[in-house]
Amino acid sequence: MVNRVVTGAHYGLGSWLAQRITAVIIALYALIVVVMFMTGRPMSYPVLRDLFTHGWMRVGTLIFAVSLAWHAWVGVRDILMDYARPESLRLALHVITILLLLGYIGWTVQILWR
Amino acid sequence: MSNAAAKKPRPKYLSLSALLFEIRLPVTAWASGLHRISGALLVLPFTAWLLYLLDTALSSEEGYQHVQAYLGRPVAKLALVVFAWALAHHFFAGIRFLLLDLNKGIEIHRARASAFVSIVLGALTALVFAWRIW
Repeated sequence: MVNRVVTGAHYGLGSWLAQRITAVIIALYALIVVVMFMTGRPMSYPVLRDLFTHGWMRVGTLIFAVSLAWHAWVGVRDILMDYARPESLRLALHVITILLLLGYIGWTVQILWR
Repeated sequence: MSNAAAKKPRPKYLSLSALLFEIRLPVTAWASGLHRISGALLVLPFTAWLLYLLDTALSSEEGYQHVQAYLGRPVAKLALVVFAWALAHHFFAGIRFLLLDLNKGIEIHRARASAFVSIVLGALTALVFAWRIW
């Protein structure tokens, strides 16, 4: 039972909107990367390394990673709300999800600024 | 009226086998369900896998060679194709959801058509990708 006054509230609207905005950022980044891979020089270690030495590529990838984590958090939470029972299990899975997504961001930072 | 309604246990949770074999889901439900499945797959394992690959490939020339050899193995190629499907389906079905949120294509026949198109485009992308890497 939801036991609270709903009038005038916006439960979930912020998350819903954030998921849409991050979706656009992720889609644009993915499109740019796919086009770069298909039209750029043949991939090799120097090409890949040089690509990730550019400041715009590092910052762009970090923005992408944070957007992805935020987007995934809303999506995974939606899935867990529908299927994960009882609530103790859901809470544990929420914590694991947050740790996983934060771990992804940390790993990305480590890869980008080595 | 309230008596009959009170006797039925609500909410009613459907089993996976009922969803798969007993209930014929409309195409819009398939687009939505596959959107969820592809999203979950992208979170785990694919993001972790791709981060590992990028980490190794960027670490050194030897790391890059290792990743290249590893991705040449059939099992890795198969995983890449599944990843390509998940990414493509999530991309196309996701754009459809964004358009629906903007009230574009919400008439039922257009919503059904776009659901079908998003499923087909996701599968086609995976097939073309598989053909390119094999």
